[in-house]
Amino acid sequence: MADIKVDVRGETCPVPLVETRKALRKASPGDTVEIIGTHPASKKEIPMALKALGLKLVDIQEEEDVWTIKVGT
Amino acid sequence: MTEKATIVVHSGDMDKLYSALIIATGALSMGMEASLYFTFWGLERLVTGKLEKGALSSMNLLGLGKWMVRRRMKAANVASLERLLQDFKELGGKIIACEMTMQIMGIRQEDLRQDLIDEYGAVGTYVQEARESSITLFI
Repeated sequence: MADIKVDVRGETCPVPLVETRKALRKASPGDTVEIIGTHPASKKEIPMALKALGLKLVDIQEEEDVWTIKVGT
Repeated sequence: MTEKATIVVHSGDMDKLYSALIIATGALSMGMEASLYFTFWGLERLVTGKLEKGALSSMNLLGLGKWMVRRRMKAANVASLERLLQDFKELGGKIIACEMTMQIMGIRQEDLRQDLIDEYGAVGTYVQEARESSITLFI
């Protein structure tokens, strides 16, 4: 079980979504993927993608325009 | 069956190529399949070295508009078309090149970015892809 981190701070559409998907494809079952970013729309859209992919949103936090999304695989 | 998006890339304009690639990589990222069917001016962008050569669809102003937009895109940290294409392929996207366009424009397979192209086809290939798609666009 690995903890995979995806840093997309400063990236804009569609990079946060694309990098999230790339990391999720590489993850093994049981891994945790943590995405950290600043693009406002992606904070809404990554959870939408997770739902479509049937993955579990573990946690979502935001502090001073930087959000962190944790996903279970 | 997995949902699918099929996009005809007819325009070779830089901004329209961005729209097509952003939607296509977005669809893949959200768990869909995606196919891009490159035809006419769109296909010209897959000729080696021509990817970034498209004008702006509006306000190009002999290249000045494009230069300004590119500068602002750089400031906003927008991904390059090359990067979006690589991401599209990495996420399993399929690229089809229109054979008739190749004939009309005198483009040979060896002129094209064969590292990106999965298939050479005609209208039947597009229709077959589109009939299985819940999203289909003409850009």
